[in-house]
Amino acid sequence: MSDLMELTLRVWRQPGPDADGEMRTYTVADVSPDMSFLEVLDVLNEELAARGEEPVAFDHDCREGICGACSLVINGEPHGPQKRTTACQLHMRHFADGDVIDVEPWRAAAFPVVRDLVVDRGALDRIVGAGGYITAPTGSAPEAHATPVAKDAADEAFTAAACIGCGACVAACPNASAMLFTAAKIKHLNVLPQGRPEAGTRVLDMVAAMDAEDFGGCTNVGACATACPKGIPVDVITEMNRDWLKAAARSRKSGR
Amino acid sequence: MSAYSEYRVGEPIADTRSPGGPMNDRWSQRKFEAQLVNPANRRHHTVIVVGTGLAGASAAATLGEQGYRVESFCYQDSPRRAHSIAAQGGINAAKNYRNDGDSVQRLFHDTVKGGDFRARESNVHRLAEISLQIIDQCVAQGVPFAREYGGLLNTRSFGGTQVSRTFYAAGQTGQQLLLGAYQALERQIAAGQVTMHPRTEMLDLIVTPQDGRARGIVTRDLVTGKVERHLADAVVLCTGGYGNVFYLTTNAKGCNATAIWRAHRHGALLANPCYTQIHPTCIPVSGDHQSKLTLMSESLRNDGRVWVPKATGDERHPGQIPEDERDYYLERVYPAFGNLVPRDIASRAAKNVCDEGRGVGPGGRGVYLDFADAIERLGRKAIEARYGNLFEMYERITGEDPYTRPMRIYPAIHYTMGGLWVDYDLQSTIPGLFVAGEANFSDHGANRLGASALMQGLADGYFVVPVSVNNYLGETRIAPADPADPALAAAADAAEAGVRERVERLLAVDGDRTADSFHRELGQLMWELCGMERTEESLTEALRRIPALREEFWRRLKVPGGPEQLNQSLEKAGRVADFLELAELLVLDALHREESCGGHFRAESQTPEGEALRDDERFSYVAAWEFAGVGEPPVLHREELAFVEEKPTTRSYA
Ligand SMILES: Cc1cc2nc3c(=O)[nH]c(=O)nc-3n(C[C@H](O)[C@H](O)[C@H](O)COP(=O)(O)OP(=O)(O)OC[C@H]3O[C@@H](n4cnc5c(N)ncnc54)[C@H](O)[C@@H]3O)c2cc1C
Ligand code: SF4
Ligand code: FES
Repeated sequence: MSDLMELTLRVWRQPGPDADGEMRTYTVADVSPDMSFLEVLDVLNEELAARGEEPVAFDHDCREGICGACSLVINGEPHGPQKRTTACQLHMRHFADGDVIDVEPWRAAAFPVVRDLVVDRGALDRIVGAGGYITAPTGSAPEAHATPVAKDAADEAFTAAACIGCGACVAACPNASAMLFTAAKIKHLNVLPQGRPEAGTRVLDMVAAMDAEDFGGCTNVGACATACPKGIPVDVITEMNRDWLKAAARSRKSGR
Repeated sequence: MSAYSEYRVGEPIADTRSPGGPMNDRWSQRKFEAQLVNPANRRHHTVIVVGTGLAGASAAATLGEQGYRVESFCYQDSPRRAHSIAAQGGINAAKNYRNDGDSVQRLFHDTVKGGDFRARESNVHRLAEISLQIIDQCVAQGVPFAREYGGLLNTRSFGGTQVSRTFYAAGQTGQQLLLGAYQALERQIAAGQVTMHPRTEMLDLIVTPQDGRARGIVTRDLVTGKVERHLADAVVLCTGGYGNVFYLTTNAKGCNATAIWRAHRHGALLANPCYTQIHPTCIPVSGDHQSKLTLMSESLRNDGRVWVPKATGDERHPGQIPEDERDYYLERVYPAFGNLVPRDIASRAAKNVCDEGRGVGPGGRGVYLDFADAIERLGRKAIEARYGNLFEMYERITGEDPYTRPMRIYPAIHYTMGGLWVDYDLQSTIPGLFVAGEANFSDHGANRLGASALMQGLADGYFVVPVSVNNYLGETRIAPADPADPALAAAADAAEAGVRERVERLLAVDGDRTADSFHRELGQLMWELCGMERTEESLTEALRRIPALREEFWRRLKVPGGPEQLNQSLEKAGRVADFLELAELLVLDALHREESCGGHFRAESQTPEGEALRDDERFSYVAAWEFAGVGEPPVLHREELAFVEEKPTTRSYA
C-alpha cells in the first residue's frame, strides 16, 4: 500500500515548568493510516533521538483509551477531531497527506505544564480525596446482596463512573472548569444506596476542594461534554448543583 | 565463567507458613495464629507499598485504615492509572448466586486444574475463600457491577468453568474495581495516613546486611530526576507482571519488571518465569510502527467462527472466498469444543495455520473471526447488543467494519504467571519483603483462568497482605527504621550510590541506538524463540542471542537528555536493561522445564494429537531461581508440590 502520508507537526516544546515554551515544526514522513496518533509521536521521537535531540515528552500508558494518561490538544481540540476517542485511539486515517497538525498540552491554570506535552493533573486526585469515595473500611462490608440496587441506578452510576480522569473537559472549557469531572464522581456515588449516607457532605466537600484549586467557574458552555472521550453527559452538572443547594441548605440549618 | 544453561541445583525450598491440617481450616488458622500489633503502636511503623494497581491500592488503603504510616509509589501521574484499569472481562467469585452448583471447593478445583497442577493448593484455596468477601467489599465501596432488573448482581460465564461466577461492569471491570480501591486510597491520603508519591520509580531495594531484612527502597523522581531513599519496616511490591519483556503485548506501555528484578538481584528468588500466558484474540500487528497490541474479549468466540483460506497465499477479499475453500480449523480439529477451546490451544492452532502460509492480513499473521453466520442467525441487532462496544473499538483501530468483513485476530502475550517466589504469607525470601498481585507467582500455576487475576490482586491487597504485615511486625518486634542507624544508613548510601551510578552509566554510553529499538529487537527474539511454542533448539538459540544483545545495548545505547529532568528515554532505558537480564532467566527456565504445561508448550513434549504433555514425575515443582550475577548461571531451588485435595489429571478438549 502506498497511501503513506507526510505530515507537518507543530509541537509545543517547553523544557520545564518555569521555562518559556514555543511551537516547533517537524515533518514526519511515511505515516501509515493504520498508525495511532501516539505512534506518530513515537516515530518522531525515534528520529529526534537518532539525531541526538531530546524527544517530545508526553503522557501515555494503556494506549487503549482507558487509563486517562494521554492528554494532547490536537488542532485545538482536546484528544483531537474524532468524537468519543482518546488521542491514543485516534488513528491517522482521519488525516490526509500534507496536513499540518498542531499538538499542544492541556492548557489550564490548575494543570501546570511539567515538560512539553506533560501536565500536572494532581488537582483531580485531590478533589477525589475530599469526598469521592464511600467510607467502607476493608472488612466492614455487609453481604453484597443485603442491599439490592435498582438496575437503572446501577446503570446510571456506571455511566458516570466511566470517567477516565483525563482532564479533557477542563482543557476544553473556556473557563477551565472541572465541573464535569467532579459532578461525574458525585453522580456515580450519590445515585447508589451505599453512597447516600455521605451524599450531602460529599458534594459540599468535593465542590469546596474543586474551588480551592485553580479551576474556573462553570458558565454552562457545554464544551466539556463535547470533548469528553467517555460521553459523560452534561446533565450530571445540573444534578450536582441541585444536590449542592439541598446539602448547603441542610447544613445551614444544622449549623454544620 | 560457565555456560548460563549449566545452572546449579541448590537446596530445596518449602513454604513453612501455611498451617497443615484440613484445607478448609488453613486460612482461619493462619489468621488466628498471626501476631498482632497494638493499634497504638502501628503509627510508629512505616510500610512502603510500591504500585497502585488492584493489589497495591487495596493494600495501601487497608494498611492506612489500620493505622500504619504508608508510603505509596507509582510511576504514572496518578495512582488511578495503574495497568489494572485496562482489565475488561470480569472478576470471579464463588458466591453461587445462580444456584448452579458453585462453591469455594469448585472454584478451588477449577483454579488448580486450570493452572495445570502447578500451583500451591493452600494458596489457591485461600483465594477461593476470600473471593466471597471481595465482592462484598467492592459493592460496599460503590463499584457499579452489572445488575439484573430485580436489583441483584448479574454474572456471566468464562472459559475453563461450567458455572456462571464472573461478576462484571460492562467491559470495564478492571477500571471500576481499581477506582474503588483508588478512592479508598485517596481517602487515606487525604486523612494523612498514606503519603502518595506519583511519578516516582523504584530503582532499588534497601536490604540491611546484618539481618538481611528489606528496610526501604531507592527511587527516582521522574519529574526532577532526584534520587532518594525511603526507609520503612516492611516493603510490599505490587508492581505487576513482566509481560513487556516481549515488547508487543496487551500490557500498558510502562509495565516493567524493574522492581521485582532489583529485588531478585538482592536475593529474592524468582519463580517459574517461563509461565507466560498468550491470549488468542488480539488485533494483529499492522506494521513496523506497532507499539502495543489490543485485546478483543474472549467472549467473541461464543459467536464468531475462526477460519483461514484452505490454500496458501490466497489474497482474495474474504467475501470472495467460497465456503468450500475455507478451513474452519478449530471446528475441524476439535469438534467437541470447536471455537471455544482454551486459550493456549486456540493460540497455537492460529500460529500453525499462519506458519503454513495460510494467515491473512498484513504480513500473513492473522486469522479470521467471522460473525456472518451469527448475524444471519440472530440478526445484526442481537450481535450489536452483545458486542457493540468491541466492534466499535475494532473499527476504530483497523478501519474495517466487522459487521460486513470478518475480524482479523492473532494471539499476543497477555499475562505472566511467574513472579517473585512467596510463601503462604506472600513473603519473599527476603524477610520483610512482601509481594502481591501479578508480581508474585503464587496462585495460578502454569496457566491463569480468565477473571482470576483481578480476584487475586484484591485478595492479596485487601485481605492477605494486611494480616502478613501485621504478623511480621508483631513477630519480629522490629524497631522503627532509624535513619541515623549507621548500618542502615550505610546500606541506603550504597543503594543510592548504585542507582546514581547506573543512571550515569546509561547516559554515558552515548551510542547510536535508542532503548526502544533494543526493546523491539528483544521482544521479537523472545516471541519467535520463546513464545507460543518452544524447543530446545529455539531456546538454546535465544540463550546465545540475548547476552549478545545485552552487550550491544551497553555499547550502542543512546539516551538523549540529562539525569535531572523528566527524561522518558532514560526511564525506558533502565527498564529495557532489566528486561535484557530477566529475558535470559525466562528462557533458561523454559529450557530446563522439559515438559509442556499450561502456557508453557515444549514441542518435544506433546501427545500424538499435538496436545501439551505434562511430566509430573520430573516437574511437579515450582522452579525458584537464585541470582548469581549477570550472565552467570543461577541456582535452582525446587519447591515440590503436593496435591492432597486434587489429583492431577490430563486436560482433554478434542
Ligand atoms: C488488556 C487486559 C485485560 C485484562 N482483563 C482481565 C480480566 O478481565 N480479568 C482478570 O482477572 N484479569 C484481567 N487481566 C489481568 C489483570 O488486569 C492484571 O493481572 C492485574 O490487574 C494486575 O494487577 P496488579 O495490581 O498486580 O498490577 P498493575 O495493575 O499492573 O499495577 C502495577 C503498579 O505498579 C507500579 N509500578 C510498576 N513498577 C514500578 C516501579 N519500578 N516503581 C514504582 N511503581 C511501579 C505501577 O505504577 C502500577 O501502579 C487483564 C490484563 C490485560 C492486559
Ligand atoms: S469527564 Fe470526560 S473529559 Fe472529564 S476527566 Fe472524565 S473522561 Fe475526561
Ligand atoms: S494512553 Fe491510556 S487513555 Fe490514552
